[in-house]
Amino acid sequence: MSLIATLGAIEIGLVFALVALGVYITFRVLDFPDLTVDGTLPLGAAVAAAMIAGGVNPVFATLAAIVAGCLAGTVTAWLNIRFAILHLLAGILTMSALFSINLRVMGVPNIPLMNRPTVIDFFTWLNPFIAILGLPARPTLRVLALLIIVTVIAALLARFLKTEFGLAMRATGANPRMARAQGIRTDMYIYVGVALSNGLVALAGALFAQTAGFADVSIGTGTIIAGLAAVILGETIFRSRSIVVAVFSCLIGAIAYRLAIALALNAGWLGLRASDLNLVTAVLVGIALMLPGVANPLRGLFKRSAP
Amino acid sequence: MRLRATMIGSGLALALLAGTAAVAQQAQKVTVAVTAIVEHPALDAARDGVKKALEDAGYKDGANLTFRYESAQGSPATAAQIAQKFAGENPTVIVAIATPSAQAMVTATQTIPVVFTAVTDPVAAQIVKDRQAPGGNVTGISDFSPLEAQFDLIKELVPTAKRIGVVYNPGEANSVALLNAVKALAPARSLQIVEASAGRTADVSGAAQNLVGKVDAIYLPTDNTIISALGTVLNVGADNKLPVFTGDTESVQKGSVASIGFDYFQVGVETGAVVVRVLKGEKPGSIPVKNASGSNLVINTKAAAAMGVTIPPAVQARAKQVIN
Repeated sequence: MSLIATLGAIEIGLVFALVALGVYITFRVLDFPDLTVDGTLPLGAAVAAAMIAGGVNPVFATLAAIVAGCLAGTVTAWLNIRFAILHLLAGILTMSALFSINLRVMGVPNIPLMNRPTVIDFFTWLNPFIAILGLPARPTLRVLALLIIVTVIAALLARFLKTEFGLAMRATGANPRMARAQGIRTDMYIYVGVALSNGLVALAGALFAQTAGFADVSIGTGTIIAGLAAVILGETIFRSRSIVVAVFSCLIGAIAYRLAIALALNAGWLGLRASDLNLVTAVLVGIALMLPGVANPLRGLFKRSAP
Repeated sequence: MRLRATMIGSGLALALLAGTAAVAQQAQKVTVAVTAIVEHPALDAARDGVKKALEDAGYKDGANLTFRYESAQGSPATAAQIAQKFAGENPTVIVAIATPSAQAMVTATQTIPVVFTAVTDPVAAQIVKDRQAPGGNVTGISDFSPLEAQFDLIKELVPTAKRIGVVYNPGEANSVALLNAVKALAPARSLQIVEASAGRTADVSGAAQNLVGKVDAIYLPTDNTIISALGTVLNVGADNKLPVFTGDTESVQKGSVASIGFDYFQVGVETGAVVVRVLKGEKPGSIPVKNASGSNLVINTKAAAAMGVTIPPAVQARAKQVIN
């Protein structure tokens, strides 16, 4: 695998780490399987791309994308809480509505962003360091910029989940009846959690559009699969009850998933064809999931010294 | 003595030959990396056409050519990753098939020559700035359907037609561009366009049924989603004596009435010719982007009969291919 391909896998892994964080909040923290994300990823891309193409500052466009994602998540939570629609179905409803909304937002199915200002431009101060390292300039800049953004967000999220508010949200997911008995307004925590989750996924969409150079209504396909795979891969690599480790394992999981795809793309010597890509990725992720039953060589490395 | 001289002479000649052969071999050892957004008969045919053109120009896969191919399986995220992979491998020329793959590739490299194909509107997709002088490292072949010829054909085969239903996926950039062009050319032919949108293959059947009674013919543009569900539209057409026309000729073989369209293998061959020019040292930025030529008239008499269309002998005589 070439250096550029590895950097590319890490870059897309970092973008999808935000999806993994979003999926972690809904699936793991709130126990609210949310399929809205297949619509909010392209929504984030659509809002950011349409605004940047219209001349809006990329930072503002990215923030607007996050807000749009939060609103979409709120709709799903509202359908679930107010009308008692099953969470899976509520997510599917919002997701399919978002397809049309995304087309409205963009006006066309595909907005190119080549040679447009992006949030990555705010990290050009890193260029001298990259030059010293002797790494390819543009791909490395994208990776470092995303690394900074994603690490800050993961740290904020971990910090948030450790506050009293975050604790109440975790209680809502762990045992809603008990949480209510303790005076926790579970509905509010579901609203906030699902909105936050979709805001993160929309941010991923906005960053994808800006790093890949285009927004397309089709980019949402399989978002939930990628997000779940990253969460589960991360959990497999780090078995820990610590919320901080759990949040950061989403990042590692997302990057590991993209490296698995990169590996699958480079598996030509095995006699594999381009059309085998999905199968190879599934097998690689499947093996990672089976590992805990056997022996995980990585786990020993990250285990605390003595129980 | 003479024998010895001949031996030395032929030995020298042999060495010289071997030397030039080695040099030629060295100079021509090239890598062409091809990526497509999805595997699909037309896009696969384009890829095979590129390979054929390279072969005809003397580039044999395995000998002096390394031919690579990756499909993104419909995922733009994977397309971006494939683009990065190719940028890292530094092949001699990259061929990008269809819009998202071409956009991802152009983002990933500013130096390796990129030749795109099967892109309807490369300027709107910002793959090139200008068709005549693309500049930079990118050029290619676009495949904007010969819509005027296609709608003249529909008028010729169904003279009474007033309203034409167009089934398209609003999520495909190419289809929307085609629909807008169709709407622009319809008034001059006193045609009225009735839109029927289908975002997924599962919605195509409903969209086509919804047109029954409202239109005199159905037109399907070169839209991946719609053409994937071609059979359902053809059934609606046959059940209701509603002629179905397509923007691509492969669908005529599968049962649409007729089309004037690209043979995607031929589009691939044209693209391959551009690749060869780049391999021979031309700068991609100075090769103008061309619209694919080689559109053929293909008719299907059996489908025409089933859908209540009589094909005049004049049209039949013009056809490049008649399917019975």
